[in-house]
Parts: sequence; C-alpha cells; structure tokens
Amino acid sequence: MGTAEAKTLPRSRSSDKSLPNGLLGMLIFILTEIMVFAALISAYLVARSSAEEWPPIDQPRLPVVATAFNTIILLSSGVFTYMANRAFFIPKQEAKACQLFLIAILLGSFFVLFQGYEWIGLIHYGLTMTSSPYGSFFYLIIGGHALHAIVAISIMVLAYRKMKQAVLTPSEFWTGQAFWYLVVGVWPILYYFVYLS
Amino acid sequence: MADTATKTEEAHSDHHDDHHHDQSFWSKYVFSTDHKVIGMQYMLTGVAMALIGGFMSYVFRMQLAFPDESVPFFGRVSSLEYNALVTNHGTIMIFWVAMPILIAAFGNFLIPLMCGCDDMVFPRINRLSYQVFLLSAVVLVISFFVPGGGFGGAWTAYPPLSANAEYSLTPMGSTLWILAVALEFVAFLMGGINFITTAMNARAKGMRMFDIPLVVWMIVIASILFMISVGPLIAGAIMLLLDQLVGTAFFNPFRGGDPILWQHLFWFFGHPEVYVVLLPALGIVGEIIPTFARKKFFGYKLALYTVFATGILSFVVWAHHQFIAGVDPRMVHLFTVTTLLISIPIAELCFLYIATLYGGSISFKTPMLWALAFVVEFLIGGVTGIHLGASGADIYMHDTYFVVAHFHYTFFPIAIIGFYAGITFWFPKWTGCMLNEFWGKVHFWLTIIPFNCIFIPLFILGMGGQHRRIYNHQHFSELATPEYQNLRIFATVSLIVMLLAQVIFFVNIILSLRKGKKAGKNPWKANTLEWTTESPPGHGNFKELPEVYRGPYEYSVPGRKEDYWPQDQKE
Ligand code: HEM
Ligand SMILES: [Cu+2]
Repeated sequence: MGTAEAKTLPRSRSSDKSLPNGLLGMLIFILTEIMVFAALISAYLVARSSAEEWPPIDQPRLPVVATAFNTIILLSSGVFTYMANRAFFIPKQEAKACQLFLIAILLGSFFVLFQGYEWIGLIHYGLTMTSSPYGSFFYLIIGGHALHAIVAISIMVLAYRKMKQAVLTPSEFWTGQAFWYLVVGVWPILYYFVYLS
Repeated sequence: MADTATKTEEAHSDHHDDHHHDQSFWSKYVFSTDHKVIGMQYMLTGVAMALIGGFMSYVFRMQLAFPDESVPFFGRVSSLEYNALVTNHGTIMIFWVAMPILIAAFGNFLIPLMCGCDDMVFPRINRLSYQVFLLSAVVLVISFFVPGGGFGGAWTAYPPLSANAEYSLTPMGSTLWILAVALEFVAFLMGGINFITTAMNARAKGMRMFDIPLVVWMIVIASILFMISVGPLIAGAIMLLLDQLVGTAFFNPFRGGDPILWQHLFWFFGHPEVYVVLLPALGIVGEIIPTFARKKFFGYKLALYTVFATGILSFVVWAHHQFIAGVDPRMVHLFTVTTLLISIPIAELCFLYIATLYGGSISFKTPMLWALAFVVEFLIGGVTGIHLGASGADIYMHDTYFVVAHFHYTFFPIAIIGFYAGITFWFPKWTGCMLNEFWGKVHFWLTIIPFNCIFIPLFILGMGGQHRRIYNHQHFSELATPEYQNLRIFATVSLIVMLLAQVIFFVNIILSLRKGKKAGKNPWKANTLEWTTESPPGHGNFKELPEVYRGPYEYSVPGRKEDYWPQDQKE
C-alpha cells in the first residue's frame, strides 16, 4: 500500500504550477455540485412558470427581510474565511488566522441555526414538503443548501482544530475553503430565485 | 464527503510504510488500494453483472418469441416480471456493465500505467469508490427479490409510473432501484475525480498534454462529461425518491407536479451519458488500430478537438428523446438541428480511424478484429441515429423496435465489442500470458454474426410498427403475423447462440492463463508506457519511473530500424 509520498519520487511532476491534488479534486467535485444546484433552480423555474399562481394563495409568504439579514451573515462568513486564509499564509500571523477562522465558523453556524428557526415558523404556518409543489421545492432547494452548509461547517471545524495544532497544510486548507465558498457562493443565487423573484 | 476523505488521504500518506511484502489474501485482493487490483475488481464485477443482464435478455426474448410458454431455467414470465426484466437489463448493461468496465476498470488499469506513475492520486478514495460500487450492485440485485419484485418502469423511469407505487406495483423495488443508481453515481464521482486528477497532476516527466495516449484522454473527457451531466440526474433522483417516499409534488401531476420535468433532467444526463461510455471505447480502439496498422494515428489533435466539440454539443441534444412527449414544437426544430449536427463529429472520428488504416501494414490479430468491428457496427448505430434525430421521421419511429435496434447498434459496439477489444489487447499486460489466437477468432465471429442477426430483424419489426413495451404481441392482430413472429424467433435464437458463444471466451481465458505463451514486456510492439514494464506490472508499476520523449503513435518512422518507437526511449 505504499503510495508515492512514501517513496523518494514526488507524485506530481507535470508542472510546478499545477493545482494541489486535493484542491483539483475538490474543484471537480464542486463542478458537479454547481450542476446539481443549477438543475434544482431550473426545475424550480419550470415548475413556477407552469403554475397558475406562484406562490399558491393558501401558502405562507417567505421571510424575505430576515433572510436578507441572514444572507449578509453568510456572506461575511465567506469574507472572514478569506481573511483567515490571507493571514494563514503570512508568517507569525497564525493566531490571527485562527481567530478569523473561528469567527467565520461561528457566523456560518449562526446562518444554519437561524434558517432552522425560520423553518419552524414556516412549518407552523402550513408550508411543508407535501403541501404543494411550492413547499416541495422550497424545502428541497433550501434544505439541500443547508445540508451542504452543515457538511462544510463540519469540515471547517476539523480544519480549525488542525490549524490550532499547527498541522494544517495549505493544500488541505484550500480544499476545505473551496467547499465553503461553494456554499456561500450559491446562496445569493438561491435567495434571489426562491425568495425575491 | 469526498472532501474529508481527500484530507485523510493527504494527511496519512506521508507516514505510510511499505508493507506489501507479506500481505494476506484479503489485503492484497480485497482491500488493496493498488489501482490494478481495483481495476480488476471493477472488471470482474462488471462481467458478473453482464452475465446477469445477459440472462435477463434471454428470458424476455424467449417470452417474445414463444409467448406465455415456460422459459427453461426461469419458468413462465408474468407481465410484471417481463417489465422488471427489461428495465433491469437496460439499467444493468449501462450502469453496471458499460460504466464499470469501460471507465472504471480500464481507467483504473490504464491511466497510471500509461501516464507513467505508480498509482492513482487518491488511492483510498479509489478503494472506497469500488466498495460503494459493489454495494450498489448488491442493492440492485436485492431489489429483484423484495416483495412486489424488481422495478419495471423502464430504465428511463418516467413518472408518474415510477413515482407512485399504485402504478408501478413495486413499492420496494422502485425505491431500491433509485437507491442503487444513486450509490453507483457516488462511486463514479469518486472514480472520476481520481481519473481526472491523476491524468492532470501525476504524469511522467516530459509527458506533455499532447503526448497523452488517446484512451487516457478519452476516459478523462468522459469523466468530465459525467461530472457535469450527472448533477441534474442526482437532483432528479432525489426528487423522485422524495415523491415516492414522502409524497412530495415534484413529478406527480395529481399534486400539481410536472412529469415532463423528470424527462428533461433524465435526458440532460442521459444523452451525455451515451458519450461517456462511447469515448472510452473510441479510445481503446484508437490504441489498437495504430498498433496493428503500424501507422501513426491520423489526426491525433483533430480527434481530440473533435471530441471536445462533441462533448459540448452533447449537452444540447437531449430533447430528441422527447419529440413526442409534448415539448414545444419550436424546440423540436432546434433539437433536430443539434442532433443532426452531432453526427458530423462522430462520422469524422470514424473517418480518422479509417484514414489511420489506409496504407498501413495491417495484421488481423484478435484485438484488431474487434477494433475494426467496432467501427463497422458503430457506424450503423450512428447512421440510424440520424433517422431518429429528424423529428419528422421520429414521430413514427419513437418507442418502436427501430429505436431499440439503433441503440443496441451503438451500445453493443461500445460495451461489448469495446470490452473485448480492450481485454484481448491488454490481457497480456494484465496477466502476463497471451490469449489463444484461434479461439479468440472463433469467439469473435460467433459473437459478431449472431449480434447482427439479433438486431437487423428488430429494425424491420420497428419499421413495421412494433412498439417496444409490449410483452405479448399475440394480443395485437397486426403484429401477430407469422412473418413477424418468425423474425422474433430468429432474433431470439441468434441471441442464444451469441450468449453460448461467450463460453468460448471464458474457456479461452482459463486455458491461456494455465498454459498460454508468456507475453513478455511488449508482445504487440506498442509504444505507450504500459508496455515498457513487466507483465503483469509489479507493485508500484515501474522499477524506475519513466521519462517521456515523444507522442504515443510513432510507428514506422522513416530511418529507424524498428517500426515502433516507445515513448520512453531517448533515441
Ligand atoms: C454514441 C452512441 C450512441 C448511443 C450509445 C445512443 C444511445 C441511444 C439510446 C440508449 C437511445 C434510446 C433511449 C430510450 O428511449 O430508451 C437512443 C435514442 C436516440 N438516439 Fe441514440 N445513441 C447514440 C448515437 C446517436 C447519434 C449519433 C444520434 C444522432 C445523430 C442519435 C440519435 C438518437 C435519437 C434521435 C434517439 C431517440 C429516438 C426515440 O426515442 O424516438 N443517437 N440512443
Ligand atoms: Cu440522445
């Protein structure tokens, strides 16, 4: 089971400029994820365009303003992640990188919890997965995003622990961040289509 | 999930010790991370599934030829069983035979060897990929035996039939079916990430982009196509699963859902998917033809650009499967045009192969026979696709046996001929023994001739108006004529001959392993890197990692003593 790293020859030899393996693999995975969300959104648009009234009259309206606030929280989490990344690559800034990264994680977790809180209200007002296509799509798309957020936050927590012990490699950090940027990056698009338009 | 696995991969690999000297059977063949072993596992699982799928086709073809009579080794076929057999035959052959053999088995075996590295970039993700794949196969097989039987809503799983147990009558079978397909996709996502990353990041020193052998390119491009196209189907599969289990309203018209939506999601994946399996087969043939024609591949770069273009185009043809599903007529015109356009690059590729043959010194070894048969038979499939792509004609031919014959003239060359071409070509490398040529050729002819005898009658039946989802044609007086029934019987008998002929192949393998000639490093005098190492390659593939000086197809170069010029030879 000896992998190349165990031997003297380096595995990646094509070009020094090529992306680290982990990051390249993650980017390919993200490509698939983007297509999943693109499909969900286009399916949603198809369903909406063929519906007589959207949202259906008997279904509750979505909390647009509260979610706008939550959107800002999520976006700022992305910014803090980026700042943590900047600090991580400057020597002697490790402590600062840790702090910034922790803030990013906390903001991300707040986003998920606040979403959950909003859902409780919506379910209470009668918007469920089976109440209408509207409800089905809402929980599918927003819930799918929330699941991604939870996975990404777990990854970030693992990365944070490694960072504190100073064993986090740059390639690992990039790989984990890339997934979080996906979660942060698709959210405004989902918000626009599902809540606003 | 892939992400955390990536991390462990990297974190662990640096304190890895070499303990491959005294490995037990389990760690060597079952839990190995070696790409050759994983490739072999994929291959054997794929072949086992092919036997199951082949048996299914035997049963339902018997029902069509001899309606309502008891089928030997099965018994009487009920209409529900018939549907389940046809559905799972298609599903198995595409997702559990073509994909694992062409992409996963050959990809695993060939990419590290041809790129000149010692293993995949993420060996443990690779192993996990196979394990998930095996699990998916097990789930699928279990789904045949649950109460209600296996899913019978066709491999395309159109709702509302697939979304409601009241219609499909297979409450557990359909759920397990989707679950199995979803697991299979997870496995191939992990595999595809590995293939692309390895080919991009771990090539031998000196191997530039255009020194990569065609088959590696093809598998990489196919993986990229798969990665892009599978997203929508994953989304659709989740929605279908929720419709079945939770009662959501995505596709169910009675709840306000839209069944056509599923067709779009499915075919947005489904059409690129046919190129996902086509490209590796084209790549395999592309390695064999120059080797046995002793000629440089004609238009290597052109072939690559063509395939890129085809890949892009393949995302905008999907609605040709829905011409009569009630889509907007203006859209139908658009998709007719793109469909006819996509036949141009496919034809061009065939011409490139023929041009490679032109003026070569051709030797008709078994792999070469398979490769040539691929071009010939696939051409028939491609040409009939043009008829179907013209919406005016397709209105009459949609969902008839003409379509069935069309896609078998594409899939059979891809999955079966491509597999045999590849396995006869690389068998010496994989095992160290040569296959017997005589029995290889007997097997070839006894496969190719019956294959044509099965499907040419189906073209005729399809033009005669035989719908593809009828389980007993005696119920329809205009289809129950003796002429038509004779054609059905002829096709079924040909199928049985073809299935039996496969025994020759397995016997040939066993005998050749026992007492076949030793292959040596490079029995075909080929150029690519896998032929520069031992047969079979040891752990780590190369004694010393190779360096590359030229492209893969330098055959019969003027002024050289030898008519081949391996990629790793300086002079
Ligand atoms: C790459 C090789 C190809 C493969 C593996 C392939 C496979 C298939 C399959 C599986 C179907 C039937 C789906 C179903 O309804 O169950 C199909 C239908 C069709 N194919 Fe192909 N095909 C290939 C090439 C082509 C080409 C080159 C064209 C056109 C130029 C084409 C045009 C069509 C059309 C229009 C249909 C729809 C027919 C109908 O349902 O009425 N195909 N093909
Ligand atoms: Cu198609």
